[in-house]
Amino acid sequence: MARTTLTRTILAAVSVASLFTLGACASDAGGEPAGGGETDAATTDDGVITLGFSQVGAESGWRAANTKSIQDTLTAENGFDLKFSDAQQKQENQIQAIRSYITQGVDVIAFSPVVETGWDPVLQEAKAAGIPVILTDRAVDSSDETLYESFIGSDFVKEGEMAGEWVVEQYDGEGYKAVELQGTTGAAPAIDRKEGFESAVAGSDLEIIDSQTGNFTRAEGKTVMEGFLNKHDDIDLVFAHNDDMGLGAIEAIEAAGMTPGEDIKIVTIDAVKDGMQALADGKINYIVECNPLLGPDLAEIAQKVVAGEEVEKRIVVEDLAFDQESAKEALPTREY
Amino acid sequence: MTKLLRHHLFWPVAALVVLLVANTVARPSFLAITVRDGHLFGAPIDILRTTAPLLLVALGMTLVIATRGIDLSVGAVVAVSGAVALSHLASSPNPDSPVTVLTAVGLALALCLVLGVWNGFLVSVLGIQPIIATLILMTAGRGVAMLITGGMITTVNSGPFKTLGSGFWLGLPVAAVIAFGVFAVVAFVVRRTALGMLLEATGINPAASRLSGVRSKTLTWTVYTASGLFAGLAGLLISADTMAADANNAGLFIELDAILAVVIGGTALSGGKFNLSGTLVGALVIATLERTVTVLGISPLVTPLFMALVVIVVTLLQSPRMRERLASATRRPTPPSEPQPAARPDSTEVKAR
Repeated sequence: MARTTLTRTILAAVSVASLFTLGACASDAGGEPAGGGETDAATTDDGVITLGFSQVGAESGWRAANTKSIQDTLTAENGFDLKFSDAQQKQENQIQAIRSYITQGVDVIAFSPVVETGWDPVLQEAKAAGIPVILTDRAVDSSDETLYESFIGSDFVKEGEMAGEWVVEQYDGEGYKAVELQGTTGAAPAIDRKEGFESAVAGSDLEIIDSQTGNFTRAEGKTVMEGFLNKHDDIDLVFAHNDDMGLGAIEAIEAAGMTPGEDIKIVTIDAVKDGMQALADGKINYIVECNPLLGPDLAEIAQKVVAGEEVEKRIVVEDLAFDQESAKEALPTREY
Repeated sequence: MTKLLRHHLFWPVAALVVLLVANTVARPSFLAITVRDGHLFGAPIDILRTTAPLLLVALGMTLVIATRGIDLSVGAVVAVSGAVALSHLASSPNPDSPVTVLTAVGLALALCLVLGVWNGFLVSVLGIQPIIATLILMTAGRGVAMLITGGMITTVNSGPFKTLGSGFWLGLPVAAVIAFGVFAVVAFVVRRTALGMLLEATGINPAASRLSGVRSKTLTWTVYTASGLFAGLAGLLISADTMAADANNAGLFIELDAILAVVIGGTALSGGKFNLSGTLVGALVIATLERTVTVLGISPLVTPLFMALVVIVVTLLQSPRMRERLASATRRPTPPSEPQPAARPDSTEVKAR
């Protein structure tokens, strides 16, 4: 009996091993493999900065552009040893990744927190280990600001305000009814963009008649929008917290036999390639950019932090905004 | 016999009706179906379309569960299928040509078939516990999908492929036509031949059925292969719906929804007797429940709680013990006993997200 168990264990192990081979073969078919190779912990002696980065996931086109910017900037040529991990949108995975970076003794830890709260214990551990932490893209909600060195990212409240201000400027007085596709519940961009948009449209005659989460994904944006279209007959405008949900909403609106951009106006945030294309095609009316190219800023701040220089606590990335005309001009030269 | 069958489906159908009534109360025109752009349009049509992938996955899951197994890898297979198809389309010079689309579909289904064969091999030939055997692919499969897409969300424009997810055929969503068609064929094959009985025999007692001449091993292998293939097809429908292959999120937790659909439909996780029509109702209940959340305007913060409550109520009503009590309160005699009746609803409702 014991022998059978042993045989089975070995077979199971072999199965797993061969699966990975299968995966490797399959990867030849399309594109390079995802970053994530872990190597031995490096030391500061060689002048190379070892930076552990925990990414939220690959939930949207924006995130993909953000990941690419970081991977392309923090290279060996630029003096970095990047350890990259993908948390698949789960806080527990990020905490685990940060702990493993602490254990490996990296020089700097950087991450985009998937939600705002619950980071104090693990950031305390990093602080106790003397490893500086840099936040990118999203902030944490903590009373103790000494837990991180700097936060690089866009001002989400301002993005929501910019979207809201444009809507008020264009459509105030027409009694528009709007629906909102929120981002991941509890995530900083979802909370802040909602707040910014609401404050900007307050006082106008625009009314937000419904608001649900589409989890920043195209698929959920589409299903939620389908529900809205069933529920309400009089939707004039969709405000989506990112392009991907807006693109999902376009699909739902088209399936309902209406013309996105005309029958129902669409305003989104992010300005990724697919979104810009839809804007240029007239299916989206306005996009507020959220710049994903944080790699260079992160590299600069990481170098300063390791060299012991003072860095600013908050580095705001400048965001632009596009309407249909400017999207057509900008599209050919966009990097992402 | 028909009366018994009706009794079996009574609670799941009742749950579906209650959900539809709740929606209709909140939105009187909920059940209205209109014609727009030459196809049917309305919430019931949307529900049919969103049920399609879940129905395919749950169909395979029912057959696997009938043999006393479980297939946890279906969500990962969904992701792999979409990744393969869209990567092929994205790399081809002409993604709009029907040949390219057929090749992409063929490649994806072939790989998913191989993954299903792999699961079947582990379970039937090597005798590894189904939950462990399929867990391997559940965790590794998304990694495979990530490798194929290079960690990015692959998006592509291809008219013919998009038809799979959002097209219409004779006024009905293509996705629903495919899923319900496959379901009908499988139900016919399983129930009009001895295959269904042989599967149940395997599930009730593999050793006894083998000794009486049933080729249990081959049957087990076949159901895992079928499950992989159906999950692959579901993956194509899901990726065609949004024209994006998302290795992390495509088909996430669909294995749990599928198990839930099977259980709501009245099939015991302990194997043996299975109920395909119940699975169909179960899948419809889950898809309607998701739509209900939007129509009732339930806050995103309490959505999971709301869904859990509905599921708990449905599984409680499905539990043989509860039914026994309800039945004894009325004139009905005790329902037929099933293997390990008490264990099933409680253990699955924990898994339901």
